[in-house]
Amino acid sequence: MSVSVRPRLREPDEDLSTLKVVPARHPWRWVGVVVVFVLLAQFIHGLATNPGWDWPTFLQYFTAQSILRAVGVTLELTLYGTAIGFALGIVLALMRLSRSRFLSGVSWAYIWAFRSIPLIVQLLFWFNISYLYEELHFGIPFGPTFFGVETKDLISPMGAAVLGLGLHQAAYAAEIVRSGIISVDHGQLEAAAALGIPKARQFRRIVLPQAMRSILPNAANEVISLFKGTSIVSVVAIGELFYQVQVVYGRNARVVALLMVATVWYIVLTTLLSIVQHYVEKRYAKGATRDAQGWKWSR
Amino acid sequence: MVAVTGDVMVRLRGIHKSFGDNQVLRGVDLDVPTGAVVVVLGPSGSGKSTLLRTINHLEKVDRGYVTIDGSLVGYRRVGDRLHELREREVLRQRTGVGFVFQNFNLFPHLTVLENVVEAPVSAQRRPVAEARTRARALLARVGLADKEDAYPRHLSGGQQQRVAIARALALEPKVLLFDEPTSALDPELVGEVLDVIKDLARSGTTMVVVTHEVGFAREVADTVVFLDEGVVVEQGPPGEVLDNPRHARTRSFLSKVL
Repeated sequence: MSVSVRPRLREPDEDLSTLKVVPARHPWRWVGVVVVFVLLAQFIHGLATNPGWDWPTFLQYFTAQSILRAVGVTLELTLYGTAIGFALGIVLALMRLSRSRFLSGVSWAYIWAFRSIPLIVQLLFWFNISYLYEELHFGIPFGPTFFGVETKDLISPMGAAVLGLGLHQAAYAAEIVRSGIISVDHGQLEAAAALGIPKARQFRRIVLPQAMRSILPNAANEVISLFKGTSIVSVVAIGELFYQVQVVYGRNARVVALLMVATVWYIVLTTLLSIVQHYVEKRYAKGATRDAQGWKWSR
Repeated sequence: MVAVTGDVMVRLRGIHKSFGDNQVLRGVDLDVPTGAVVVVLGPSGSGKSTLLRTINHLEKVDRGYVTIDGSLVGYRRVGDRLHELREREVLRQRTGVGFVFQNFNLFPHLTVLENVVEAPVSAQRRPVAEARTRARALLARVGLADKEDAYPRHLSGGQQQRVAIARALALEPKVLLFDEPTSALDPELVGEVLDVIKDLARSGTTMVVVTHEVGFAREVADTVVFLDEGVVVEQGPPGEVLDNPRHARTRSFLSKVL
């Protein structure tokens, strides 16, 4: 009995690499594309043609003096809130990581308290602080005082807003900084200690640059959320962007156009912050990846 | 300061150390003569690494004391009391002891050269230019002269460990401690690291090496110490401990690793 082996291909030596490849068809994907495209087109058409958006009014106010000044106030609040928040946040994070039970307990309690109180409640509280303490006295604790000032002179509405935003931000910043510090491999601290590198230098040169990699994305989130969150201080009548927009549409009743003025400013400035974030993150990515150019997802 | 005879670089006396209920070291005595290479062998969990870490005070001992070149480690003697040193003083003491870790622990965000230069500049306050020159010489010595601008993650494990050795040498330590320096390496990279350590041994550097490389111990060690369950079971020249072990525990360990 003989078994004949029949070749499966007519010509076994045929070169398949020259044949044309026909891609698989995805009809449902095309249905999806059409549906989404139509919806998008409708939306954009509406933006352009619906008179309700009132683009002439938008353009009139977008770069108006009062709006630009309000954008400045918003940026100022963001800057001070971020500066106070992260300066205090770093101190709180280090306290929380301290071996002293007292210091870490106080830090924990601060974070607990300021995360528990809604920002708007806190702002109103600072705004009304002079009901609680009419005068502030400076001197030796429990001893004689040197001078005193009226609280409402020291803490202006703007001061109250900055204080409120900064203290609120500090609680969140503390946790972000702490998460960054504890994400650094313990071996790094051990190596630094074994080399006798002074403690402050260990933190600045070894721990912080590595912690920054995980701090930065979260910190940028916080800055952006604070930037938009400044609209809350409109409740204490500070002329930031959202408050100013409300004042204007209170006068001329062009609500939608003016809300769009605020919206576009928030979008533009958030975009700028995101670009800054990208470059700062790149700076701290040195040596983080195997390949010299940097791996796409960890850049 | 406690004065001891000149030719002992590292002296350990009655070292006890527990982690919770776990007694890791139970009274270890050890002398490392100046210029000698002591290799510590022992099964996993025998306390080898902990013992090594007590020498530069990365691990605080519960009982006993360590001296390096006659100075107490981690404490200052005042009359008949031992005062714990402050962290700053402990850090200064550590610059006299080089430590090489199993996992290298190079600083990943600094280049190879910056890794080696960091401690001489920040801990010993040497001028940067001088530290750089020395660092380049040390990198050449471990065969990595062309890698000074690379970041650690761009190097192989064997290269990283050689950088770590150069980094430890940059402080010109009196004694070098190696904690399983080849255990995290692929087999074909072990040789290049051991060659560097052998070269240091020949040049008269005082070293304590914790390792599983019995062949290396036989070739390089002046003294082999066998540690088990937190005590020194036996110690002596490699010819005695490795070839004619007196204790059953040493014999059973060697039969497993040889």
